[in-house]
Amino acid sequence: MFHPLTPEEWSAVALSLRVSFWATLLSLPFGLFVAHALARWTFPGRQILNGLVHLPLILPPVVTGYLLLLTFGRKGWVGQTLDQWFGIVFAFRWTGAALAAAVMAFPLMVRAMRLAIEAVDPKLEQAAGTLGASRGWVYATVTLPLILPGIIAGAILAFAKAMGEFGATITFVSNIPGQTQTLPSAIYAALQVPGGEAQAFRLVLISVAVAMAALILSEWVSRAVARRIGGR
Amino acid sequence: MLSVALSHRFGDFGLELAFDAPAGVTALFGRSGSGKSSVINAVAGLLRPDRGRITLGDQVLTDTARGLTVPPHRRRMGYVFQDGRLFPHLTVRQNLRYGRWFAPPSDGAAFDRIVSLLDIAPLLHRRPAALSGGEKSRVAIGRAILSNPRLLLMDEPLAALDEGLKAEILPYLERLRDEVALPILYVSHSLAEVARLATTVILMDAGRVTRQGPTAEVLSDPAAAPLLGLREAGSILTAQLFAHEADGLSRLLVAGHPVWLPRLSAPPGAVLRLRILAQDVMVATERPKGLSALNILPGVIEEIRIGEGPGAILRLRVGPEALLARVTRRSVAALDLMPGQAVFAVVKAVSVAQGNIGG
Repeated sequence: MFHPLTPEEWSAVALSLRVSFWATLLSLPFGLFVAHALARWTFPGRQILNGLVHLPLILPPVVTGYLLLLTFGRKGWVGQTLDQWFGIVFAFRWTGAALAAAVMAFPLMVRAMRLAIEAVDPKLEQAAGTLGASRGWVYATVTLPLILPGIIAGAILAFAKAMGEFGATITFVSNIPGQTQTLPSAIYAALQVPGGEAQAFRLVLISVAVAMAALILSEWVSRAVARRIGGR
Repeated sequence: MLSVALSHRFGDFGLELAFDAPAGVTALFGRSGSGKSSVINAVAGLLRPDRGRITLGDQVLTDTARGLTVPPHRRRMGYVFQDGRLFPHLTVRQNLRYGRWFAPPSDGAAFDRIVSLLDIAPLLHRRPAALSGGEKSRVAIGRAILSNPRLLLMDEPLAALDEGLKAEILPYLERLRDEVALPILYVSHSLAEVARLATTVILMDAGRVTRQGPTAEVLSDPAAAPLLGLREAGSILTAQLFAHEADGLSRLLVAGHPVWLPRLSAPPGAVLRLRILAQDVMVATERPKGLSALNILPGVIEEIRIGEGPGAILRLRVGPEALLARVTRRSVAALDLMPGQAVFAVVKAVSVAQGNIGG
């Protein structure tokens, strides 16, 4: 049962890592911006933005996937525009899987960052201002270092969520081996085939290992950062 | 010179005042809620007043009539906050150097000089979480000075500290005042601090300035005593330390007259500010004999201010110094005291608290 992974299994693992990496990296700036908006700014429609961000957490993933298909699919208005102007296609590509993972992981990322931003004492930023730092410098030298643990925690959480995303992905980009078949999709596919339990179990072990590694990493990073800030 | 004229409303509290702060330490004194912190925040640019004009030297910082407000980071005000506000993610050294990234370059020796003035060299590698309250205060003061400011703003920098720590920090502030030629605007509700540090005092009550002038003059004005609180009223005398004597007393000279106080830490020759509370001074019409009190100063009554209660405040002239004495109206009548009369002021050596003696 513990023989090496087949090329198809490897490709599912590699695809999952690639999808999660890009989903996390590209949603970081958006997540930071939205977290700031929700934590610090008052503007009309703040509650609506808050609701929209959290929607994927509450909706059935299959609904999120279907909504993505409607908007970012080949016939969806956003999908069509992106295809015509930039040649970017999401439907049934790995990029679509990354989009689905990013949308599903977004609420977790924003939540972690928002908590970190809310924990920053604006009085410290004020003090930096009186010492001569303009708003940009205050952000770079005080705000950003103080919320760094939250950014890292949010990114790791988002990565782990993206690794496990299944419902929205399979609805939006289907389950094409080598194209859109991520680790969870591969486990699901293996379970559909009689006698596929051994294969599924190997993939499950990899899933567990990746999730554990992400958890341990996030613990270690947040502890290291806390030591730096609160340390002697 | 700093010139401030402000008008600002918060709900049903109104701030309406104008004052000038010359060189030296200018203290804004008043009870909590009198609007002192709002004034200092307006000077720092953290509060935008409804109407007002603030200038420092020839630079206009705020002029609402012209719609002009210089943002805080371009004002070059060193602000020492009551709560320190050190950056937790930076070491003490990085905190101290923070302002230098943005300030026009100053001489490189300033850092070492301020670090040794404030005794913070052993703390440089630590982070704020590992500092005591008094150490945090000193680092916050150093950080503000090292940003090379044109004016230092201090908002009750000692209020969060206990009495012991206050006594520890005050000498540093005195050294700062004397060795760093930097004008300071100092907010406080402690008369003892004001008496020790300030060259000019501005009394505030309910958002208005009730009295302003040189510290010794304002504090020795009987009319200002009710504003300061009668128990706290007292005058400031300049004294020179003459010698430490064998029985544990130090001999000082005040206006040419000897005064003995419990052993002081300053060296002989040092010039000190003594704050003598009005309630610690007795008045006699003849030089008393057979009295345990050591300090008897001859003087002339300049002013008698009868209070609303049973008390009265006398201002005595002792050479160039003014001394306040709080007595009862009954004594004023019984001794037939009146302005111009020569009297003797009696001060007990032990009643002058160490906290009221400054360099």
